[in-house]
Amino acid sequence: MTEKTSGDLRLTGVTKTFETFTAVDQLDLVIPRGSFFALLGPSGCGKTTTLRMVAGLDQPTIGQIWIGNKDITETKAYQRNVNTVFQSYALFPHLSIVDNVAFGLRRRKVPDHRRKAMEALELVQLAHIAAKKPGQLSGGMQQRVALARAIVNRPDVLLLDEPLGALDLKLRRQMQIELKQIQSEVGLTFVHVTHDQEEAMTMADTIAVMNAGKLEQVADPATLYERPTSTFVANFLGQSNLLKASVKSRAGGMADLDVHGLTLRLPVDRLKADTTELWLGVRPEKLRLVGPVGAGDVNGAGRTADNRLTGVVIDASFTGLATNYLVRLPWGQEIMVVQQNDGTRPAARGAQVTLGWAPEHGFALNASQDAHAGAQDQADDSGAG
Amino acid sequence: MVGQLVEGPVTARLPRRARRNYTPYLLLLPGLAWLVVFFVVPMLSLFSQSLQTGNVETGYVMTWNVQTYVDALSRFWPHFVRSLLFAGTATVLALLLAYPLAYFMAQRSGRWKNILLVLVIAPFFTSFLIRTLAWQTILADTGPVVAFARTIHLTDLLQLLHLTSNDSLMNSPFAVIAGLTYNFLPFMILPLYASLERLDHSLIEAAGDLYANPAQTFWKVTWPLSLPGVVGGTLLTFIPAAGDFINARLLGNTKTVMIGQVIDSEFLRVQDYAVAAALSFVLMLIITAMVAVYVRRAGTEELV
Repeated sequence: MTEKTSGDLRLTGVTKTFETFTAVDQLDLVIPRGSFFALLGPSGCGKTTTLRMVAGLDQPTIGQIWIGNKDITETKAYQRNVNTVFQSYALFPHLSIVDNVAFGLRRRKVPDHRRKAMEALELVQLAHIAAKKPGQLSGGMQQRVALARAIVNRPDVLLLDEPLGALDLKLRRQMQIELKQIQSEVGLTFVHVTHDQEEAMTMADTIAVMNAGKLEQVADPATLYERPTSTFVANFLGQSNLLKASVKSRAGGMADLDVHGLTLRLPVDRLKADTTELWLGVRPEKLRLVGPVGAGDVNGAGRTADNRLTGVVIDASFTGLATNYLVRLPWGQEIMVVQQNDGTRPAARGAQVTLGWAPEHGFALNASQDAHAGAQDQADDSGAG
Repeated sequence: MVGQLVEGPVTARLPRRARRNYTPYLLLLPGLAWLVVFFVVPMLSLFSQSLQTGNVETGYVMTWNVQTYVDALSRFWPHFVRSLLFAGTATVLALLLAYPLAYFMAQRSGRWKNILLVLVIAPFFTSFLIRTLAWQTILADTGPVVAFARTIHLTDLLQLLHLTSNDSLMNSPFAVIAGLTYNFLPFMILPLYASLERLDHSLIEAAGDLYANPAQTFWKVTWPLSLPGVVGGTLLTFIPAAGDFINARLLGNTKTVMIGQVIDSEFLRVQDYAVAAALSFVLMLIITAMVAVYVRRAGTEELV
């Protein structure tokens, strides 16, 4: 039986190299017991390799993996109290659904395995198809069987490898909610590997963003979104407008930044003490159209402390919930604006507009990083998914 | 007006649809004709031959003489038993040799896969007869194989098992079984390879993930999923091996005579066509019955 005292999953200095390619590079990670943890990153970032090392399907080249105070690095997959929901589900085609679910219990000679398997199937609402074979099930059903087959063993850690990747969008949304409910019901540690940032944010308590074998940032979804610490995170999770800025002065909790000759403000606590050059970031939905140039603040949203930018609308697309604008700034940079469909007067293509945002919605990123890092990865992945 | 509009296309389409329905049957016709001429007709002629009396000089007449079957079986039943025993042993040996090989080729060989496949098929480039004759040289008393077998006392072990009668290897049950195993090994490897190649490696990983140690993974996942290959391979090995007459003639002795040899000599040397036909018919019935029982018990229809 599972020890209820077993604790957090810890990776210390884990590195995995395949011949000349380093898939995972010096990874240190603590995943608290009972949390819903997402490993998020583009394809090839090392997230699946990390998961396979935790499962015992791959061996780390260097480093240790711990569950609680037990070093499991050297143990084989079948000796670990860790179960995986495989991307392809990997259901045994020759066994019935209930035999698939009972497979792990029977290997451990758990008494009453059939009843426990049926209970797990009830949890995923599939008890009525227990006697069928996997080949007779739809993708969504197979996915839930794979989940039941893993959960029934009450593992210390449950690994999910892009578990919803093969489902269509509607089913995926539904399964996201179901998975989250099941996780809070059974209270197991879930480690969810995905390239879908929306899926990760919807489901996980904590997200670790990986890129090129390294961790970019580990935080809860809101912090990741509102306060990204790297250009990669800023672009990979949602969209960001990054403006080249330098610090002019710091006073009274606000710093004045010079952005192409304009003065924009940012709370001082967003800056490191020694920062002089930075990327000033702001999310498209934080920008507001405050009216045509010189017309004053027609929408009444403006506070005098707001940052102001002016530009020309070069594209406007109405999506129902919002209108997405592309606005060209005087120095040629194009930025994205998402204006909620809240009655704000729309701007036509070619119109001169003033944009405003509250300084506290800005964030600062290291100026030495590539302003486009992560943007392409996200575009590729969402296209493929 | 409306009626005309509807009627036009329908009458135009009808003959085309009818023609399309016959196409598969037309394509089947040559194969069916072939089977009728070269399988059904000979089978009936063989069956009728087995119930006739007479001899080659005076000709045969149909007498519904069932006594031929009784005589043939009472004279040659040991040869039937021996054939099934030899073929069964060769099949089991071939399975034991082929399974690890096919598994390696299918799951682990990477870029060597195609080269290994060619090597498995390569023996077919020479004749069956030549390859079996080569075994006479391989197992010859003066050859290195016998010398090595004597050194490790394999010859003693084989004598103990009554697979040889002295300290050589040739002209013995052992040589016949070895020849059968060798000759039909590719027929075992290829179906096994085909079913193991289809085996999704993530299923093996999933079994390990669900606490199955390597042995349990094999017996609970790999083996059941490879059963179609096992059934196919054992049938393709056992059936021709049971009727084989080349290996026993070239590698055996007078005490290793298999039923294929008997049928061969009854037809061509003794020229007792009735007995030869009866023996052929019985051999076919035995094999069909065994295969039917075996396939049903292996339950291949249950597998994907």
